[in-house]
Amino acid sequence: MKIEEYRERKLDVDGWEVNLTSYRLDAEWHAKADNVSPGATLCRTTGKSREEAEEKALQRAEELLGRTRRHAV
Amino acid sequence: MAEYAHPEALVSTDWVSQHSSDPNVRVVEVDVDTKAYNEAHVPGAIAWAWNTQLCDTVRRDILSQQQFEALMSASGVTPETTLVIYGDNNNWFAAWAFWQAKIYGHKDVRLMNGGRKKWLAEGRDVATDVPHVATAAYHAKPADLSLRTFLPAVQQASAEHSAALVDVRSPQEFTGEILSPPGLPETCQRGGHIPGARSIPWGKACNDDGTFKSADELRALYGHEGVDGSKPVIAYCRIGERSSHTWFVLKYLLGFDNVTNYDGSWTEWGNLVAAPVAKGAAA
Repeated sequence: MKIEEYRERKLDVDGWEVNLTSYRLDAEWHAKADNVSPGATLCRTTGKSREEAEEKALQRAEELLGRTRRHAV
Repeated sequence: MAEYAHPEALVSTDWVSQHSSDPNVRVVEVDVDTKAYNEAHVPGAIAWAWNTQLCDTVRRDILSQQQFEALMSASGVTPETTLVIYGDNNNWFAAWAFWQAKIYGHKDVRLMNGGRKKWLAEGRDVATDVPHVATAAYHAKPADLSLRTFLPAVQQASAEHSAALVDVRSPQEFTGEILSPPGLPETCQRGGHIPGARSIPWGKACNDDGTFKSADELRALYGHEGVDGSKPVIAYCRIGERSSHTWFVLKYLLGFDNVTNYDGSWTEWGNLVAAPVAKGAAA
């Protein structure tokens, strides 16, 4: 079994840079969103297509990133 | 181009592909959570969960010697085993496992350069089955605490400038703008950094494919911030896992003699009553 059609791209989600990774494993698509800085995994999702898996990951990432508070320095 | 100080501490994905089934090699995946391993992993690899198997789950601490011995024994690892560790997030938690293996004296432990990300991106074979391993009898060495720093030594280093403090978190965590990595729960009462620390985010040590930068690039990166091995180095982050990655870079790739990981990190310092805190960019 192999990972196929591996792809990574960077997006802006709610003002935060997110790295979105997706690939196919057999018939299932997998996606992972992480915050670029520092690079922590935010969520992993699956779907019947790349679009579905990525959409779920972005929705969850947006939900999590929306909770991040910025403090005055 | 200069070589890494200890190139034997790293293996390539090619090497793992060729040696993962060798009888004296045990490949272990360590991730933020075990979902990634369950999804797909290097054939023959087992998994360790950092938050249940690589720490004491009662008090905040790394594994005791007995707990480490139990984990190694259950994993079929003997002191002679070549332990190859990899994971997601460019080997964050793999480095955490590497650090503990060295604390307990495991001789031959290596990181797979590029981690899980590189293995997947290269389209290599993956598996979903969990291999059965025969248990072994592992006897660890007493903890080598020269690899670890506790709060009093960090307080002294900050006050007396007796060690280089390297904050490996993101710049926004360093300044105090955010209290945890974006999207993760806040785990401290105050934001900022330890007075005197330099900001050198861990990720700057990696290439886009997850592999480590060259020795020359790493020396320039840390040297630019005055971290050249001429005095002791203490690395810290939020909970000690990102800083174990930087600890690995400084100790094994650049060969600095005196490098420690302050695993108490910002979740300890940022919750201390009356601890001095610096805000904003480094002076």
